Amino acid sequence: MAAIVSVKNLRKTYDTGFEALKSINLDIEEGEILALLGPNGAGKTTLISTICGITVPTSGTVKVGGFDTVLEYRQARSLIGLVPQEINLEPFETVQNTVRFSRGLFGKPRDDAKVAAILESLSLGDKATAKVKELSGGMKRRVLIAKALAHEPRVLFLDEPTAGVDVVLRKDMWNVVADLKATGVTIILTTHYIEEAEAIADRVGVISKGQILLVQDKSEMMSQMGKKQLRVDLSAPATTIPASLSDYDLALEMDGTVLVYTYDTRKERTGIRRLLNEMADAGLQMTDLQTQQSSLEDIFVGLVKDNA
Amino acid sequence: MNLTAIKSIYAFEMARFFRTITQSLISPVLSTSLYFVVFGTAIGSRIETVEGVSYGAFIVPGLIMLSVMTQATSNASFGIYFPKFIGTIYELLSAPVNFIEITIGYVGAAATKALFIGTIIFITAFFFVDIQVAHPIAMVAFLLMTCISFSLLGFIIGIWAGNFEQLQLIPLLIITPLVFLGGSFYSVTMLPPIWQTITMFNPVVYLISGFRWAFFGAADVPVGLSLMAISLFMAACLTAIWWIFRTGWRIRQ
Ligand SMILES: Nc1ncnc2c1ncn2[C@@H]1O[C@H](COP(=O)(O)OP(=O)(O)O)[C@@H](O)[C@H]1O
Ligand SMILES: [Mg+2]
Repeated sequence: MAAIVSVKNLRKTYDTGFEALKSINLDIEEGEILALLGPNGAGKTTLISTICGITVPTSGTVKVGGFDTVLEYRQARSLIGLVPQEINLEPFETVQNTVRFSRGLFGKPRDDAKVAAILESLSLGDKATAKVKELSGGMKRRVLIAKALAHEPRVLFLDEPTAGVDVVLRKDMWNVVADLKATGVTIILTTHYIEEAEAIADRVGVISKGQILLVQDKSEMMSQMGKKQLRVDLSAPATTIPASLSDYDLALEMDGTVLVYTYDTRKERTGIRRLLNEMADAGLQMTDLQTQQSSLEDIFVGLVKDNA
Repeated sequence: MNLTAIKSIYAFEMARFFRTITQSLISPVLSTSLYFVVFGTAIGSRIETVEGVSYGAFIVPGLIMLSVMTQATSNASFGIYFPKFIGTIYELLSAPVNFIEITIGYVGAAATKALFIGTIIFITAFFFVDIQVAHPIAMVAFLLMTCISFSLLGFIIGIWAGNFEQLQLIPLLIITPLVFLGGSFYSVTMLPPIWQTITMFNPVVYLISGFRWAFFGAADVPVGLSLMAISLFMAACLTAIWWIFRTGWRIRQ
């Protein structure tokens, strides 16, 4: 599949001299949900702003739908919808006028039915003539999405759509994103919540200190990067790990009643069968066993720590 | 040219004006009426005529100019400052529009508002004094050019301003004195010679003089000079705006 967004050697140094993006390379496939996961200050907003034209790249290129975002900004920007991190809205205007304005600003002819349909799809149908300032925070965020969708973009950027939002609203937002994906829109969202990336993304890009450390299929990332743990319940507590098992990454937990083996799923052999045999030889009797996969959070913490 | 975008910006800005139409119009009408009462009636009764025109009528062009210049400047500066302040500027910067389209939209709306107010004051003036307009087309042209050029100036101020104080500062510190000292309420020829010379460095003198000529056929400075002054002023503003958008000054990082 061809990439709908293609970022090449993108650098951004702010006037302060701070290098917020250090040679970013990133291809985003049409129709996918990509989560850019990174801690605060990683450069997520800077990356989005540079792609969308709010900040000027220091060097490198960005293409959207094949159009250069600087040289062919009109074509490129027409394809992009942006939902900013902050709730930036004209407070005194009505919801529908605000959304109509966005559509017009992007050069699309007035289409009140289209605007009404977008509002309806975001459960804002009954708020069309309400003033923006009368809405709740969650609804305002939806108005921002409606504005971003008003010109029917093919790529939607959502900058931290659930930052500082309660659990119910977050789940709500995830549903909105899933519905959008179903319409064929490519979605790039930034987040510093790992569970969010885990819950809705197809691919996850990990960004830290202005660099993309890794972009991978979510499940692949979890299975490949993840460490797995085998927990073996012992029939009798052990005080020490037998010397014959010293080659394995083992630990005793729960007062010696559980033996924990940590292994890497990327290795060709996990060593489980051999370990179990050697445990029997060493006289350790087991009553039960289970495996545990590390979460994206563990992976992420590991990556960022390695990079520090 | 993204005409739809220009239209959208213009309509959105005008909607803001019409939402607060009463406030927008009451204050200029009220202050103009006060000027007529104080200057036209109270002082005017002591001054017979200026350049062959009754004093009450003489100050009409200056009063219109005073309101139009301040309104155009403050409307345009607020128009572009407000999106910066509330953050909605992100949308303008990420939209497929260029600086010419953004400028036409915002400046066009601000100029329209100023024209509106100028017209209202003109009508108000009819209730107080007899006025004839010698050169109607020139009058409209001067009025339009003033609306546009001072909206351009306001647009620049709005982009420059980092807070509301700065937004008020330039109109208060520069435009009001220039307009008051620009012959709104007197003929420059009424000043001592040395002040006449100093006054010639005030660009507003040329605008008010030209506008007054359109009303009464008499002017402090030649009309051609007035036209040149306003054209120069407009060109300077346009150049500044072109530079601002080319460099992204105070807009794009
Ligand atoms: N306008 C700016 N001028 C200077 N530095 C900035 C500016 N905007 C952001 N930064 C810096 O760039 C880094 C990345 O910021 P940002 O992209 O907002 O991160 P994130 O969205 O991942 O939290 C931060 O260290 C921030 O302080
Ligand atoms: Mg951010």
